[in-house]
Amino acid sequence: MTNLSHRLERDDLGRLVLIDHVGTRHVGVYPVRAFPITAIEAGIGLMDSSGKELCWFPSVTLIPRDELQLIEAELATREFMPVIEKIVKVSTFATPSIWDIETNRGPTRIRLKGEEDIRRISGNTLLISDANGLQFLIKDSTALDKGSKKLLDRFR
Amino acid sequence: MKPEISPQTPILPSDWQRILGGLQFPAADLGQVLAWVELDLDQNLRFEKSLLLLMEKGLVWTNGKEVMSWPILADNTLVHGDHAGVGHLKLETPHRLENIWYFTLAVNPHVLRLQASFKKMNAAHHVNEEHVINEYDKQICPICLSPKPANTDACPTCDPEDDAPPSTWTLFKLWRFAKPYQNKLLLGFVLTLLSTGATLVPPYLTMPLMDHILIPYEKGQPIDFHLASLYLLALFGAALLAWGLGWWKTYLLALVSERIGADLRNTTFEHLLKLSLEYFGGKRTGDLIARIGAETDRICVFLSLYALDFATDVLMITMTAAILVSIDPLLALVTLAPLPFIVWMIHVVRDKLRFGFEKIDRIWSEVTNILADTIPGIRVVKAFAQEDRELKRFVDSNKHNLQINDRVNRVWGLFSPTVTLLTETGLLVVWGFGIWQVAHRRISVGVLIAFLAYIGRFYIRLDSMSRIVSHTQKAAAGAKRIFDILDHVSSVPEPINPAPLAKVEGRISLKEVGFRYGNRAVTKGINLEIAPGEMVGLVGHSGSGKSTLVNLICRFYDVSAGSIALDGRDIRSIGIADYRKRIGLVLQEPFLFFGTIAENIAYGKPDATREEIIQAARAAHAHEFILRLPLGYDSLVGERGQSLSGGERQRISIARALLINPAILILDEATSSVDTTTEKEIQKALDNLVKGRTTIAIAHRLSTLRKADRLVVLDKGEIVEIGTHDALMDAQGAYYQLYQAQIRQAAELVEGGAIGDTVQENEDVQQEESLQMMAKNLGGGV
Repeated sequence: MTNLSHRLERDDLGRLVLIDHVGTRHVGVYPVRAFPITAIEAGIGLMDSSGKELCWFPSVTLIPRDELQLIEAELATREFMPVIEKIVKVSTFATPSIWDIETNRGPTRIRLKGEEDIRRISGNTLLISDANGLQFLIKDSTALDKGSKKLLDRFR
Repeated sequence: MKPEISPQTPILPSDWQRILGGLQFPAADLGQVLAWVELDLDQNLRFEKSLLLLMEKGLVWTNGKEVMSWPILADNTLVHGDHAGVGHLKLETPHRLENIWYFTLAVNPHVLRLQASFKKMNAAHHVNEEHVINEYDKQICPICLSPKPANTDACPTCDPEDDAPPSTWTLFKLWRFAKPYQNKLLLGFVLTLLSTGATLVPPYLTMPLMDHILIPYEKGQPIDFHLASLYLLALFGAALLAWGLGWWKTYLLALVSERIGADLRNTTFEHLLKLSLEYFGGKRTGDLIARIGAETDRICVFLSLYALDFATDVLMITMTAAILVSIDPLLALVTLAPLPFIVWMIHVVRDKLRFGFEKIDRIWSEVTNILADTIPGIRVVKAFAQEDRELKRFVDSNKHNLQINDRVNRVWGLFSPTVTLLTETGLLVVWGFGIWQVAHRRISVGVLIAFLAYIGRFYIRLDSMSRIVSHTQKAAAGAKRIFDILDHVSSVPEPINPAPLAKVEGRISLKEVGFRYGNRAVTKGINLEIAPGEMVGLVGHSGSGKSTLVNLICRFYDVSAGSIALDGRDIRSIGIADYRKRIGLVLQEPFLFFGTIAENIAYGKPDATREEIIQAARAAHAHEFILRLPLGYDSLVGERGQSLSGGERQRISIARALLINPAILILDEATSSVDTTTEKEIQKALDNLVKGRTTIAIAHRLSTLRKADRLVVLDKGEIVEIGTHDALMDAQGAYYQLYQAQIRQAAELVEGGAIGDTVQENEDVQQEESLQMMAKNLGGGV
């Protein structure tokens, strides 16, 4: 996908609008990362509201500065994968279990339905899905503090 | 007017009421709150609680510190959406985004409720329409507002039962299955009591044997051989008795526990078969198989071995303690003093080990997972020459397995010697105190020896008792998983005293049919009348709700709103089996059970004669290829059986549907997984099948629906068009576009020469293939 000259702007309704090289306005475009976990900086695509790719940047560094701002603001509202920094308490070692955790987006409480909801992505990176379908990330399970590691160990 | 919002607007939680009371609040009266939702994310998507209220005056938001409000204007809209687990609610005017709120899907039902209330209030600005209670509201859990399965009282979302970890008390639920055997169980208990008592006789006899025979001999008196042989005989008798009783007891209780296990399995499977497809949709097959197979067996073993052992142990220990106290209370006290300490030690070590074993279990499943991954995918592994990589994966996880095992074995290896050491120490105490007592002539040597004999048995029992803990927990977990199935109420309930169906004409009427899966509405407001003998084709993109509609008509699920009637009678009032016997179903992937072809054809009518089977096979154009098989109708098919092509399997399943002579026929993509030539043959078979029956057909290839009397075009769960092929083409609506798109793609494929070998493995290929078919049809002039 080549990036012909285009313009990106935000309309009054807060939607991103892409005006492509022939002047068509694509309302409600949204950016997506290709590797949201393993390589955040590599590969960002702009899709139209029906999911068709309009524009592709192989790397964040290749995005023009003014567009990058819009894209990052939009991504901030779309990307939600809190990183677990500490497991404070678990209600029980058998599932379902209620966890009190601290994340980079503040403390919260999640419900773990089963041990199979803790999945290893690569190396020591773990992805935990809670009962509501939210996904939490543990970037490096070996880098957690001792207490959290001990609690986590009981589930995997 | 005051818009009535919902049958029940839940009361605000008290802590928010307090906060609101302390604020400069626009509306003093909290009773005016029409709907509220506790949002759990802030503007930056951080976990932060705030409250969004819908009042007559407008929307009010507060986080406890700030308050913001927006009046409700006629042209305002609330837009709801979600992405990756985060929902958003936008307040928009036609030209401007007023505000946006974020929340996790945990509060989604509340948000939807608020949005619906908002819409109603907004509508009230325009028209004074009468409020009707939404049909959905009747099926919503009053506590958490999430939809619950039709016709049940329990809410799966907030049912506390589901939240509890497996508790040992679950095991008592098994009593329901033990009850028929209570007499045998009672006898077993008495036998346990007696046999345990019998095993305690021999150590008791060592006392007189010492004091009356050996000690006097030491002192120079001759041995009383008569008395000695009497004691020895008694010893042998007791041993014999213990053996006999022990055998009887073990046999009897094992017998009972096996029967309890079998009953449990049968009941669980029976219940499982009655559950709706919804239940099976959410479960993995392996998990269900494991529950009915392995878990019942685990419970059975627990009952016959561990529970029995445990009961024996408890009896043994109490009886021994009683005997010891009766012989000499002081010595008994000293003997039993280290007991609590030993019990505690054993418990601690066991606890440590248990986690280790749990971990080993998990690692073990990882190892098997690799096998389960690799073996079915062996063609891919070989094709890409990745054997080494799979081997490395396996070796790695085995290494992990070893590491954990090593760690556990270190503790485990320590365990038995520790118990032995503790036992020896206990014995030492008894020896020491005993000798001191003997020296002071307080007890005889015989008493000391008897004590030592008892205490040895005692400590052995302690070890086996400590083992019971983990087994009980495992059995309790197993029992919980089984009762999960047993306690699940089918969401497609059988009516009470249904009147049997007489002759069925086959008129199907759908009135305002809606269905939701979880929070998502799949279909809504569907009205359709299908006349007897009519053939209706369902058309639409994938995900437009075609299959859902068919599942609803088959009553695999129950509708969430509206009703479906057969010949004017609501299908929920007809016995399930009675109703489904009137439906012939041909699926995209025909399923053949292991057995002969004849058995498979007669699956829906096991008492069919051979003539009937052959007749059905002929009508389904299956007769000839069946005869070409070496064993004809007796050829084994299904898993491990004769391999048949997709078209052949499909024709067998058509014959199966023909044999039950159904009034209603449902073809769910019956021809989309086979190639064009085969499709023609299947089509011929289908034409025989369709004659004189109400038929509902789903097809991806629009050309296969040419025989349909009417086409129903679905989009996003709603009917957008109904009509014949020609009428719809003339209307140039959604159907026309679908049709044009298929033709265009087909034409492109022909030009591009993209027609290659047909592989029926993934959907894309199937789609491509259907386009080839289209292209060919085009050549023939559609």
